[in-house]
Amino acid sequence: MIRRLLARLVKHLDGYLLLALFLLMMLGLIVLYSAAGEDFHFVTKQMMNLSVALCVMWLVANVPPQHLARLGLPVYVIGLLLLLGVALFGDVSHGARRWLHIGVTRIQPSEIMKIAVPLMLAWYFDRHSAALRFRDFVVAAILLLLPVAFILKQPDLGTSLLVGGAGFYVLFLGGLSWRVMIGLAVTGAASLPLLWSMMHDYQRQRVLTLLDPTQDPLGSGYHIIQSTIAMGSGGVFGKGWLNGTQTHLEFLPERHTDFILAVLGEEFGLAGGLILLVIYMLVIGRGIVIAANAHTLFGRLFAGSIVFTFFTYAFVNIGMVSGILPVVGVPLPLVSYGGTSAVTLLFGMGALMSIQTHRKLIQT
Amino acid sequence: MLFGMKSGTELRNNQQELHRFRIRLALAAGFVLFAFTILATRLFYLQVMQHEHYHTLAENNRISIVPVVPNRGLILDRNGVALAHNYSAYTLEITPSKVDNLEETINELANIIEITPRDRRRFKKMLEESKNFETLPIRSRLTEVEVAKFAVNRYRFPGVEIKARLFRHYPHMELFSHVVGHIGRISERDMLKLEEDELLANYRGTDHIGKQGLEQSYEMQLHGTTGFEQVETDAGGRAVRTLSRTPPISGNTLYLSIDSKLQALAVKAFGKYRGSLVAIEPKSGEVLAFVSQPGFDPNLFVDGIDTANWEAYSHSPDKPLNNRALRGQYPPGSTFKPFMALAALELNKRSPSYTISDPGYFMLPGSSHHYRDWKAGGHGSVDLHKSIVISCDTYYYGLAVDMGIDNITSFMSHFGFGRKTGIDIEGEQTGVLPSQAWKMKRFKQKWYTGDTVSVGIGQGYNLATPLQLAVATAALANNGQLMRPRMVRSIQDSKTGQIRILAPEETDSLPLKPENLERVKAAMVDVTRPGGTASRASAGAEYLIAGKTGTAQVVAIKQGQKYVESQVAERHRDHALFIAFAPADNPKIALAILVENGGHGGSIAAPIARTVMDYYLLGKLPKETAPVESPEEPEHD
Repeated sequence: MIRRLLARLVKHLDGYLLLALFLLMMLGLIVLYSAAGEDFHFVTKQMMNLSVALCVMWLVANVPPQHLARLGLPVYVIGLLLLLGVALFGDVSHGARRWLHIGVTRIQPSEIMKIAVPLMLAWYFDRHSAALRFRDFVVAAILLLLPVAFILKQPDLGTSLLVGGAGFYVLFLGGLSWRVMIGLAVTGAASLPLLWSMMHDYQRQRVLTLLDPTQDPLGSGYHIIQSTIAMGSGGVFGKGWLNGTQTHLEFLPERHTDFILAVLGEEFGLAGGLILLVIYMLVIGRGIVIAANAHTLFGRLFAGSIVFTFFTYAFVNIGMVSGILPVVGVPLPLVSYGGTSAVTLLFGMGALMSIQTHRKLIQT
Repeated sequence: MLFGMKSGTELRNNQQELHRFRIRLALAAGFVLFAFTILATRLFYLQVMQHEHYHTLAENNRISIVPVVPNRGLILDRNGVALAHNYSAYTLEITPSKVDNLEETINELANIIEITPRDRRRFKKMLEESKNFETLPIRSRLTEVEVAKFAVNRYRFPGVEIKARLFRHYPHMELFSHVVGHIGRISERDMLKLEEDELLANYRGTDHIGKQGLEQSYEMQLHGTTGFEQVETDAGGRAVRTLSRTPPISGNTLYLSIDSKLQALAVKAFGKYRGSLVAIEPKSGEVLAFVSQPGFDPNLFVDGIDTANWEAYSHSPDKPLNNRALRGQYPPGSTFKPFMALAALELNKRSPSYTISDPGYFMLPGSSHHYRDWKAGGHGSVDLHKSIVISCDTYYYGLAVDMGIDNITSFMSHFGFGRKTGIDIEGEQTGVLPSQAWKMKRFKQKWYTGDTVSVGIGQGYNLATPLQLAVATAALANNGQLMRPRMVRSIQDSKTGQIRILAPEETDSLPLKPENLERVKAAMVDVTRPGGTASRASAGAEYLIAGKTGTAQVVAIKQGQKYVESQVAERHRDHALFIAFAPADNPKIALAILVENGGHGGSIAAPIARTVMDYYLLGKLPKETAPVESPEEPEHD
């Protein structure tokens, strides 16, 4: 009886994926304990965050993909309206307008879009799957650019990158023609000098500091200088857990959130970094398998987009902290402290599991 | 279609589609591998190939980014007189993170340089509030001899340095304390706010921030942009060499519309009295003088005020720290009447010729309560003009009831009563413009007609700040156009030297009939003429003054009792009020004066107005004569 219940509970979970995710979260909590100054406060709070996120994942995994697909349009429309609400009545925090008050709580609608955009686009392509024409891609591109423009305006470069990426992956996997992609890339590159000449001095300065943070050593550049020193001094095997001198002494404000990789790099060295990369590869690899074997176009596109968005998170964050990509606010997935991103990420993982485990049911 | 029977061609299409999808998926997977290889290579480069380099940086030498704090912008009056400026002095500073035993180090320092117990206490307090990497001053304003003494012994004190720092100074002491405000050391709360606004980076190395007044509200303009030096330091934390330097950009200079001579004159005219004066140029809203008496010495607050001075200020019954002009809320009293008269004309509730017969009190129908006029026995027959000139209460009791509270509320709000004026310093009070909704919210009670009666003479629930009164008076002078009051007139960019003049800003505008305005203004002119309540104010003036006196009760008088000034304790005497503008036909200055416990508006407050106007309009300084106490005419409001 109990065994049967248990079997029902885990029926829609994917073992490989779950194992990789657990490894990742374990590693994250260990590093977090050190990054937060050996304080259990953050660790317990993060464990609560992750528990909530895991519940969300389980719930989503139990929803059949065709039901998820039907949510695409309404969630997208609601998300878009909320973004409009943010633009009009949003709260300004940290110099950007990202939050919206709804009754007692406040929400960040751009976070919803990380799921809503690929969901909507995958559903849209699936509906027109009999014959995908050029027109459909144009419509999809508009559906994608609208929320991205709103989020860019907030301004939130990191999130607009992730939302834009999530949508682009659907277009790419859906078969966007190479000619169009190359054409757009060339036009984009060609219009850069024009754009540059139209910008104000202070805007140019912002772009330059984004590309080269060392120009702003008191602001974002300070983080990069300190995080590279921390990681570089870690060497092959690191200084050992809780022994990182740089991360424990230096003034590195976001060391438990966006810059947590610096702590990992200093204390566990190259070995720790490579282990992290391998775990990410496991998650991504399993995701790709799920996408490849999905039975509907919706499943394939949505799964593919989730996997590559997950990859984007990891790539942008690691690239940023190690100093080869500009500083944009993207957390290290499931390692950085934070509840919102954990929920969004595990929602995606739940969707992957749903797509994988509901396969057999529709095999007729 | 999601689920449905598939025909043969569709199935083939699906096969093709799946194939194409898998190719794309494989391409993307290849990209993931490629990207992760790059990351792994980067990690390898950082952690293996460059390890020695970073290891050295981390362990022995450290590149530190040293912020170079910009000079804070100056605050000057409209003629360029400095109200806040900086001077350079030497301080002895300790970096706590580089000193092993703080107590011992300070004791040894004390053998060379005098360090008072007060210095130690202040240092300890700063230490508790500081971030780890700051240097903190243990002694400021070192003499040349002390600097030399320390220089000889410097080798004995790693982590201790002499620094030349700029100090903020307010040369006029109390005179502008409620205008310019002061800076103070950055507190934990300031830090949080800076972090919220993403300004923390620009405040590296800065340890002061505007706390009050213009120093606070124009912080962004005054602070400037922090520069930085990249320095290589040795294990002891001392700079070995500078690698690069980006100079700081000084803060911008503020030019105020306030005239420091006018301000000084106004303060002097107050003599021993407490109170407030706000003078405004009606057309632009520029503040010409902004007095709250008594003031305080802002210099004492810059590096944290010591306990003795703090106690003296905060326990003084004169409340010198209270900005009366901005935050003092007083019943406007009879200065409310010209606005009531204007409302009556505009809303056709009274015609100019309408006359009442004043028995000296007013009664609501069906009630025996006497609302008394200030003059027992009354003023006889009173029309609108006379009601202002002799300040008849009875006229306005009846008028208020006829108008009704809703009409009063909506008309007066256009003159800025009951809302913030939007002046460019923080902490403004809104006063109270009573309304049905306000009373329900405040007391959970409905509005009674009896409440309306005293609103008519500016008493009852009515409260206004001197600033609000001045703004309303300026709006009256400006024919119903309400301007946002501003103290800063222009800002000079420190980099380009360009001066940007801030444009006047209209906040409200009432379409008033010119003939109604003229009536009220003419009555206000007669207030300052023989027979009016402020006749002495304009005696011998070369221009016409329009004014209105007022009295604000401090203690309530019981029914049937009489207020006799000489029998009331000084602090319980009425507040004197006076509003005025001049020249009446083309107003260049409008002002409101409040003299706490000053008794009658006409005898105490009006002469102050005259002094200020004479100087502003004619450049005339007051004759040095002793003020005469007036036993004569029974001047009331």
